Amino acid sequence: MSVELCMGNQAIALAALKAGVNVVSGYPGTPSSEVLETVSARNPGAVHVEWSTNEKVALEVGAGAAFAGARALVTMKQVGLNVASDALLSLPYLGVVGGLVLLVADDPGPISSQTEQDTRQFAAFAKVPLLDPSTPEEAFAMVEDAFELSERFGTPVIVRPTTRICHSSVPLETAFTYEAHAVSGFERGSRWVVFPRRAYEGHLEILERLPRVAGAFNTSAYNAIHGGRESADSSAHSNSGGGEGDARRDDTGGAAHIGIAAGGISYAYLMDALSSIPDAADVRVFKVGTPFPFPEARALEFLEGLDEVLIFEECEPFIERELLLVAGRHHLPILVRGKLTGDVNPAGESSVSLVREQVLAWLGQRGLPAAAAATATAAGATAATSTTAATTAAAPAPIPAAAGESRSQEPQPQLPARPPVLCAGCPHRASYYAVKKALRGRTAVYSADIGCYTLGNALPLDMVDTCVCMGAGFTVPQGMAWAEPEVLHLGFVGDSTFFASGLTGVANAVYNQTDVTLCVLDNSITAMTGSQPHPGTGLRMSSDATERDAANALKIPAVLKALGVEHVTEVNPFDFDTSVAAVRAAVDFKGVSALVFKAPCITVSKPAPQPEVDQSTCTRCKACIKAIGCPALVVREGEVRIDTTLCYGCGLCVRVCPFDAITASVPSTASATPATSTVPGASTPSATSTTSSPSDGTPSKASL
Amino acid sequence: MSTPSLDIVVAGVGGQGTVLASKLLAQAALIESLSVRTAETIGMAQRGGSVLGHVRIRADLPAASPLVPLNAADLLIGFEPAETVRALPYLREGGTVVTAHKPVEPVSATLGDAAYDGTAEVAYLRSCEGAGRIGRLVLVDGDALCEKLGSTKVLNVVLIGAALKAQNRESARETYEQAIESLVKPRFRALNKQALAEGMSA
Repeated sequence: MSVELCMGNQAIALAALKAGVNVVSGYPGTPSSEVLETVSARNPGAVHVEWSTNEKVALEVGAGAAFAGARALVTMKQVGLNVASDALLSLPYLGVVGGLVLLVADDPGPISSQTEQDTRQFAAFAKVPLLDPSTPEEAFAMVEDAFELSERFGTPVIVRPTTRICHSSVPLETAFTYEAHAVSGFERGSRWVVFPRRAYEGHLEILERLPRVAGAFNTSAYNAIHGGRESADSSAHSNSGGGEGDARRDDTGGAAHIGIAAGGISYAYLMDALSSIPDAADVRVFKVGTPFPFPEARALEFLEGLDEVLIFEECEPFIERELLLVAGRHHLPILVRGKLTGDVNPAGESSVSLVREQVLAWLGQRGLPAAAAATATAAGATAATSTTAATTAAAPAPIPAAAGESRSQEPQPQLPARPPVLCAGCPHRASYYAVKKALRGRTAVYSADIGCYTLGNALPLDMVDTCVCMGAGFTVPQGMAWAEPEVLHLGFVGDSTFFASGLTGVANAVYNQTDVTLCVLDNSITAMTGSQPHPGTGLRMSSDATERDAANALKIPAVLKALGVEHVTEVNPFDFDTSVAAVRAAVDFKGVSALVFKAPCITVSKPAPQPEVDQSTCTRCKACIKAIGCPALVVREGEVRIDTTLCYGCGLCVRVCPFDAITASVPSTASATPATSTVPGASTPSATSTTSSPSDGTPSKASL
Repeated sequence: MSTPSLDIVVAGVGGQGTVLASKLLAQAALIESLSVRTAETIGMAQRGGSVLGHVRIRADLPAASPLVPLNAADLLIGFEPAETVRALPYLREGGTVVTAHKPVEPVSATLGDAAYDGTAEVAYLRSCEGAGRIGRLVLVDGDALCEKLGSTKVLNVVLIGAALKAQNRESARETYEQAIESLVKPRFRALNKQALAEGMSA
C-alpha cells in the first residue's frame, strides 16, 4: 500500500503514467496546469513531456504521436480547447492508432476563466467521446480507461474534470510500475490525408463509431442508477458501480415517480445533499459519467415509470437536453426540470447547499410529507444559501440567529472588497505606470490580454480597456486604429501569450501597416498559471532537459524584428525614466512599433532591500498609493507605511513620492531593483532599441 | 485514534499560505488513517484575493464532495479578520473560530476613505461569540508570533497550532510534525515545527 494525498490533477497525471503514456503535451491554464507538471515531476524518464506553445500545437503534437501508435495525453483548460478546436474537429475523421486522451478542465463559476463554457457541448460538436468524473478517484480511473477506449474505438477521447475535481485532494493508492506503451510506428495510408473524399468517409466512420461507443457506455459502471442515500459513499469505485438494478425497486408514495440525474461534481454535491434529507432515499438517482455519446438505454432504464426528473449539472444543461431528447423520442410523459425550466441556478458554481435547497424546494412542490420536516430542519442552511457563497461572494448572506440566544449580536460590518491584484514588486505595475506617465494628457486606448497583467485594469492603474482572449491584446488595437486613427492604440500581451497567440497579430500589423504600439510584458515566466516556462525561457519539461538552456531561449525583440517591426525597444520597467522616454518614442513612431518591458516575475527573482518611509517628511497625501496601488503600501495609525511582509523592494514607490519621503534603504545600485533573476534570459536590460542608441548589454543601473 | 467527523474551512488572502494549511490538515488526517477530501483555491484569486480552503475529515467513509456546506464547518481558521467574517456563513452554530487579528488591507480599501483596520470585524466576531453563533473564538496575535519566529511565512502553521489547542488536540502534535515532514521543504521544516509549537502555546 502506498497511499498519498493527491490533488485531482496529480491523480490524473499518475493515471496517465499508469497507462504507460508516451507523450504528454499541453499549455498551462487554470485549473489544468498541475497535470502536466506532475507527469514531469514523476517522469520515469521515458515520457516526452512538453509545454507546447499553445493548445492547438499541443493537440497536434499529441495527435502525431497517436498516429504513430503512441499513447498521448494533451492537457488544457476549457478555453484552450477553443484554440485547439481546428485540430479537434478534424481528428475524429482520421482516427487514431495509439490512445489520444485530451484532458480539458472546465471552470464553473468561473473562478479563473473568461468563459463558463462546457466541454461536454464541445465533445458533442466535435463528435468525440467524453468522460465526466465526479471525484478525483473517479478521474484516476477514467483516465486509465480513456486510453483503452481511445484505442478500442480509434478516436480521441476527452476527460473533463472541473475545478473542484482538479483542485481537490484525496488519499489515493498510487503504487504502480510505469510500463511504456509499445509504440507500433506510423503506417502510411490514405486515411491520414483529409481530402474531401476522405472527410466524407471519415464522417461515415464517426457515425458508425458513436453508436458503438454509446453501447459501451450503456453498460459502463460510470453511469449508475440507484436509490438516494444508500450509495452516498463516494469512493470512486462504489460511486461508479453502486446500485445497479434498483431502478424498479421504488413503490412508495410520490417519491417512486420522481428521479434526479446529475453529472460531474454535481453528483457528489447531490449525494451530500441527499444524505441530509430524510426519506430522500426513495428518489431514484441517475449518475451520468459518460455524457457523450449519451447512454440512451441507461437513461431509458432510469426514466421508466417516472413522471418528473430534476437535473443537476454545472455549466450548460447538457444532460437536461439529452433527457428531453430521450423522453421525446420515446414519447415518455415526463417533466424534465433543470436549468431550462429555472429550477436550478442557470450559471455559476453549484454547491451542496444549493443542491439541497433546490431538492427541498422541488420536493415541497411535489407535496411530499418528508419535505416539510426536512425544510424545517434546514431552515438555517437555506437561509444562508441565497447567494453562491461557496466561492468568494463579496457579501455573505446574513447569519441566522441562534435559537434562544441571550445576548444580541452586532450587525455585520461592511467588509472590504478583495479582488485579486498585481503583487507587490510586480514588474507589470511599473510597466503600466510608465506608459500612463508617458501618455498623460494624450488620448489612448489600452488593449490587454489574458494573464496576470489583466489585473492592471484595477484602480488606481486603470490601464486595461479591453481583454477578450489570448492574442487579442495585439489585434483588437489594430481594428480600433482603423476605426479611430486620431487616438493612440497600444496593445499589451505577456511573454507566454506572445508565443502562444501573439505572433500572427504582429505579422498582421506589419503586413497591413497599422499604426499601433505593441507592448510585450516580459516577466520571463507564465505567471498567472503558476510559473510555467515558455519558449522565451529556454526551460523545458522533459526529464532529459530540465536544465535551463539560455542559449535556446527565443529572444522576443529578435522575433519582433524578424517579423518586420522596424521600431523595437527593450526596457527594464524599473528603469523608469528610460521607460517613459521609450514609450513616447514608440507611440510617436508612425507605423508598427514594439516595446518589450523586461523584468522577472517576483516568483522567479529574489527580493531587494525594502525602502523606508520617512514619517517626518511624509505628508500622508497618499500620492504613492493613489498612483500605483501597491499592496505593500498601507495606512496604519494614520501613517503611510511599507508592509514588510509584502514589499519586494522594487522601489517604484520611491520614484512616485512627490516629497521624496520614501527612500531606498540601500544607495541606488543595480541591486535595488529585483533584477536578480533565477531564469536565464531574464536579465533586466536598459533600453535597447533599433532606433535609439545601441545597448552595451550590461544590466541597467536603476534610476530609482 | 478516532476523531469524529470534522469539517474545516480555511479563509485568508491569496499569498498567506492557506493552500499549505489545508494540505497539512489533510495530510495529518491521512496519517491518522482518516478519510479526507479537500478543495483549495488555486488560480487568479491567489494574487491577493479572498481564498477559501475546505477540509472534510471523516472517520470511515469519505464525504461525497469536497466543499463544506454552509452552516456546517466545525472549525473556521481565519488568516485575517475580514476574511474570517466573510467565511462565517460556513460555520455551524456554535462552531470554533481561530483567527489572526492583524488585518491585511486590500488596495481598494487603502485607496478609499473607508479605512479598514480589522477592529470592527474583531468586535463583530466577539459579539457572535457572546450571542452563541460562535461557540469558541480564539484570537491569535499571529504578527507577534511570526516576529518571534523570524518569519512572516509561517502564519499558517501558527494558526494550525492554535486550532489544535482550541480543539484540545495537543496530542496530535506529532502527527502534524509528520505532516510537515511530508509537505514542507527540508530547510523550512524546523521553522514550521517551531511555528506549530508556538501556535499551540499561544
